[in-house]
Amino acid sequence: MFEHYAGLFIKSAFIENMALAFFLGMCSFMAVSRKVETAIGLGTAVIFVLTLAVVISNLIFNFLLREGAMAWIHPSLANVDLGFLSFLAYIGSIAALVQLVEMFLDRFVPTLYSALGIFLPLIAVNCAILGAALFMEQRDYAFSDAFVFAIGSGIGWALAIIGMASIREKLRYSNVPPGLRGLGLAFILTGLMALGFLAFSGIQL
Amino acid sequence: MSAILGKKERAILIDPLFNNNPIALQVLGICSALAVTTKLDKAIVMAISLTLVTGFSSLSISLIRNLIPTNVRIIIQLTIIASLVIIADQILKAFVPTISKQLSVFVGLIITNCIVMGRAEAFAMQNPPLESFLDGIGNGLGYSMILIILGVFRELLGSGKILGYTLFRTVNEGGWYYPNGMFLMAPGALFTIAILIWLLRTWKPEQQEKE
Repeated sequence: MFEHYAGLFIKSAFIENMALAFFLGMCSFMAVSRKVETAIGLGTAVIFVLTLAVVISNLIFNFLLREGAMAWIHPSLANVDLGFLSFLAYIGSIAALVQLVEMFLDRFVPTLYSALGIFLPLIAVNCAILGAALFMEQRDYAFSDAFVFAIGSGIGWALAIIGMASIREKLRYSNVPPGLRGLGLAFILTGLMALGFLAFSGIQL
Repeated sequence: MSAILGKKERAILIDPLFNNNPIALQVLGICSALAVTTKLDKAIVMAISLTLVTGFSSLSISLIRNLIPTNVRIIIQLTIIASLVIIADQILKAFVPTISKQLSVFVGLIITNCIVMGRAEAFAMQNPPLESFLDGIGNGLGYSMILIILGVFRELLGSGKILGYTLFRTVNEGGWYYPNGMFLMAPGALFTIAILIWLLRTWKPEQQEKE
């Protein structure tokens, strides 16, 4: 049992890294990776929100949306299939969740709130979150699998952006061709990191 | 074309192609630009869906822009976009089921594609419906252009084909071309887009970043 979850964790954090293998959350990945501190802030926020969002989406999908899922309300609903509504349900719950997390942190953990501050609203439209929820639905994870998958993906994404930010901080002292400055070089760096992460694909668990 | 559209409208439509490209300059919507371009047909289907979704979401948001309370505008925009994406997804599932399966989660990810949200927030909330629609379509076309260029290069260099027709006969099929498998994987996409941005910014130096 432990090996199953450890394998799933390694797979979602390294082999199928959200940022480097599926390019999810690239917009904020490029925009917020100029300084290590902010990268750590955004990374933590993503781990937190992604885990909650995937777990909640998993419950919504299994108890409301999938075919026959609503049989627990009334047997006559056993044939209802609301699967097509999943996009709307997930994005709605993610947006609401981000709002709730923001209010909760503001009230009870003000230090964390001021550290994450501006990143929380950004996360609502971070494709890594919705992407993870959709992958969860596509691969039909059970509740515990979805939880491990979400933590793994979140940590993988955070690792990628922190690594990227550390490289870009060092780059400030180098002489880059004018056309490649900023975005262009950031893409090449991400490509090299992705090349490195490809090495993990040899791991079989 | 010019009879229907004035000079201003044409500028709104054409500008996002080279001068203000959403991917290359505004860094929006790159998530899917990289993931769906391993084959050209996938890239084209994705480009068409995104262009239409952006156009119609800008149109509908612009129509109700004066009724939306500022505090809840994000969630209203998301709901409109999500409904449009559901329609697009159902159409794709019905008419091109194989491509829809290959695109997997990325159709759904149009919802969080920063281009759609970005145009809704930055343009459609302040401008009348027709201009917003054109702006959405124009930005969609700017995105499509990058997607199609990426798709052509990645499919050609990665498997020697374009749209499934063999252009370079690969060694496995008795030809001369050694396919470069890296172009079908993640790093290839990132390197190709980096070179594309480099070329665009060398051609138009005013787009260069000063760090």
